[in-house]
Amino acid sequence: MNFLSLFVAIPLLMMLGLWLSRNMGQIRIVMVSGASMLVALAFGTLAAYLSARAAGDTAEMLFRADLLWFAPLNIHYAVGVDGISVAMLILSSLIVFTGVFASWKMDPLPKEFFLWFCLLSVGVFGFFISIDLFTMFMFYEIALIPMYLLIGVWGTGRKEYSAMKLTLMLMGGSALLLVGILGIYFHSAPEGAPLTMNILEIAENSIPMSAQRLFFPLTFVGFGVLGALFPFHTWSPDGHASAPTSVSMLHAGVLMKLGGYGCFRVAIFLMPEAAQELSWLFLILTGISVVYGAFSACVQTDLKYINAYSSVSHCGLVLFAILMLNRTAMTGAVLQMLSHGLMTALFFALIGMIYGRTHTRDIREMGGLMRIMPFLGAGYVIAGLASLGLPGLSGFVAEMSVFVGSFQHADLFHRVLTLVAATSIVITAVYILRVVGKLLYGPVVNQNHLALTDAAWFERISVVTLIVAIAAIGLFPLGLSDMISESILPVIEQLVK
Amino acid sequence: MDYSNFLYMREELPLIAVMVILLLYDLFGSERSLRHFQLVACLLFGAHTVWCLFPHESCEAFGGMYVYRPMLTVIKSILNVGTLLVFMQAHTWLEGDRTRIRRGEFYFLTLSTLLGMYFMMSAGHFLLFFIGLETASIPMAALAAFDKYKRRSAEAGAKYILTAVFASALSLYGISMIYGTTGTLYFDDLAARIDGSPLQIMAFVFFVVGMAFKISLVPFHLWTADVYEGAPTSVTAYLSVISKGSAAFVLMTILLKVFPAIAVEWQWMLYALIVLSITVANLFAIRQKNLKRFLAFSSISQAGYLMLGVISADAQGMTALVYYVLVYMVSNLAAFGVISAVEQRTGKVMMEDYNGLYRTNPKLSVVMMLALFSLAGIPPFAGFFSKFFIFAAAAGQGYYGLVLIALLNTIISLYYYLLVVKAMFINSTDEPIAPFRSDNYTRISLMVCTAGIVLLGVLSVVYERISLFGFGM
Repeated sequence: MNFLSLFVAIPLLMMLGLWLSRNMGQIRIVMVSGASMLVALAFGTLAAYLSARAAGDTAEMLFRADLLWFAPLNIHYAVGVDGISVAMLILSSLIVFTGVFASWKMDPLPKEFFLWFCLLSVGVFGFFISIDLFTMFMFYEIALIPMYLLIGVWGTGRKEYSAMKLTLMLMGGSALLLVGILGIYFHSAPEGAPLTMNILEIAENSIPMSAQRLFFPLTFVGFGVLGALFPFHTWSPDGHASAPTSVSMLHAGVLMKLGGYGCFRVAIFLMPEAAQELSWLFLILTGISVVYGAFSACVQTDLKYINAYSSVSHCGLVLFAILMLNRTAMTGAVLQMLSHGLMTALFFALIGMIYGRTHTRDIREMGGLMRIMPFLGAGYVIAGLASLGLPGLSGFVAEMSVFVGSFQHADLFHRVLTLVAATSIVITAVYILRVVGKLLYGPVVNQNHLALTDAAWFERISVVTLIVAIAAIGLFPLGLSDMISESILPVIEQLVK
Repeated sequence: MDYSNFLYMREELPLIAVMVILLLYDLFGSERSLRHFQLVACLLFGAHTVWCLFPHESCEAFGGMYVYRPMLTVIKSILNVGTLLVFMQAHTWLEGDRTRIRRGEFYFLTLSTLLGMYFMMSAGHFLLFFIGLETASIPMAALAAFDKYKRRSAEAGAKYILTAVFASALSLYGISMIYGTTGTLYFDDLAARIDGSPLQIMAFVFFVVGMAFKISLVPFHLWTADVYEGAPTSVTAYLSVISKGSAAFVLMTILLKVFPAIAVEWQWMLYALIVLSITVANLFAIRQKNLKRFLAFSSISQAGYLMLGVISADAQGMTALVYYVLVYMVSNLAAFGVISAVEQRTGKVMMEDYNGLYRTNPKLSVVMMLALFSLAGIPPFAGFFSKFFIFAAAAGQGYYGLVLIALLNTIISLYYYLLVVKAMFINSTDEPIAPFRSDNYTRISLMVCTAGIVLLGVLSVVYERISLFGFGM
């Protein structure tokens, strides 16, 4: 056992603590201390990772541990991290941390809520540290099922419909994924050699092309459903709109990244030839996601729907960049995952806080909130600016790398698609500025809103943490993008092999 | 005849002893001592279960009529534990006014069917197999009609006996044609003499149809829902788990032992049966409002998944099948345990009766939820692992299409399992089931089931132990 397993152990211990706690105070103590430990652990991992790299460790995955689990099928509990996983672990821990503060006054059944919340975290963290396909898939599914109850019990609006739709669509994706994983497993080694589930070992023995053609689409679509790949994105707006605040944050901020990360780590890394052959098809689909999501966001009037469609657009950009199959674009994809994760979490947190005060999310019924709640208003503006790619914030760095990378392809097809996808930047500006203008600066629509209060201290913690992280990526992107770019290298080597 | 041959039946003889002791105790026990009948029965059968846990060397008796392999110990132990759990869950029901005087019969009948399954599994000859099959079926009809004063229960008994006899007749007809074409009924001799002639294929079809009735595969499933609904809940639990598990295991051993020569034919036949069973049963399950009917259709689709282990026809498939039976047993018995506890207390079995159950009976709701998640194959519960292994077994033989169909069906099944979870956790109602405490027997059995659901998957040692026996087949 090495320290990476703590990422799974801490949420499990938090669940134990929650089970034993008797009142809201104890629940908060458990959650805050656990979430802080996760953040500390994530940054500790970053420090350890950077110092190991600086010391000249060039292994693909660091801090590996391997435990034989099911001998007959050669299934291991295998963990290890590279730069991308480390970045994802930091993202997840920050969002879990801020999510706890965003659901400070959870009601009803707070204990159950946080139990499911922790189980969700177990799945998320376990997924990012796994390098064994079976363990990875298991954690992936562990992260999906708590959503049903989190949305169904604590959600708002058409929660039962949304919860069921989200769960079934994501499980449908994982059904395709499982076939893909079994296919990879049974082709993971040459005839006669023992089969393996370990991603690094599979990458060394290349999978036959006939199998790749069959299993690449299954795996890519399987993960793509979670990454809001068109036309399988329809769970996302309903799901996010109905979910309670911290669940929307975790889901849009982290869970959708599982899709992008999986496409990258499993589909493209293990089946590079098929990825090159079929990338055109999925590029078109993701291009549609990017533009269509942005256009849809323009016509919505519910704040959560606006942000959910914007997520479809931004997550589409992640998959789009991954499929460009070059180093700059893929680095941009990972940066976009981080950036989108943080700013969408910030958006959902702020929307939740505004909704908690005004009891409406319809922008037509609100206006002039900047004067009433300046802190939340300012937070919303910053999130919006990050979303439309203002330099100095995270969105700019990410989108810049993505489009520079994708423009490196010299052929007409890629160029046109890049141009089409790049229009989303303009459309994003349209819907962001429309909301900011209407919601924050217009005349006060409802006089009752004048009596509302600004953010409480626990809400401020959540908002400030996220803003600091967004600004940090925007102001100091180089170290981060170097760390990511270096970990992209093995995938690029697979592609040119 | 060499009577020492009987000594090879190390599992059957103690079971017969338990049955006889319980019968005599029921007949001659005083009113006072009979108060402890339940406890004595569970302890005796528990002792038998422990005795059976330890495998001994492979052997044959009566010239190959009776065969013992260590793998049989595994599956028999699984069935024993399941039966014990059913006995514990039946406690409150058997204490009822009308069943109290007949509880001795309940144990005797249930154990007779178990004995029949033992023989069926240990058979090395079609004759012993058939005797076992009948011993396992006929008392089952009596059990289904155990609440004979209830119309539905009596109807269930009648339906069961008619279909069971019909199915047996079909099987027997098939067996007779096999005998006609080969001149022997010993499994070992048959394997070499099956050459795939049209008559043998026909015989084989009759045989499999008979078995498919027992396992309740579509299109031979029509009796299932009615019988499950009408029979007393404990009997339904027994029928859905023990009877189905043993029949699936026997089908697999016979297909592997006797019919390897026509494997291609029966694999296609099973392919169709699996797709039909899983899909049709899932679609019907969606519309069920009565939880017992609901679990009946769920169990038909689970039987379809079980057959994925059979179709792969190798040691891995065998391991996956046995492991699946084990996991399915704890999950399904947990679900039935909750249903039975609620039914005994309130008489309610409809899905809408469970609305808001979590607010009043949180523990039962959580057990039920875990059971349903496990049946749906959600990690980290055992059902995920059993499904994964059985899919891996089928995919290993190249049945990717079949695995995909089966997996897409798990989404449908997840939908209806979630409907129950939704009723318990999300829906609210004005008159929820009042809080109650179930009896200690039920509580212990539910605890055992829950522990099984949580631990059987994560602790890989269980699967690995089974696989040791599996590769010895």
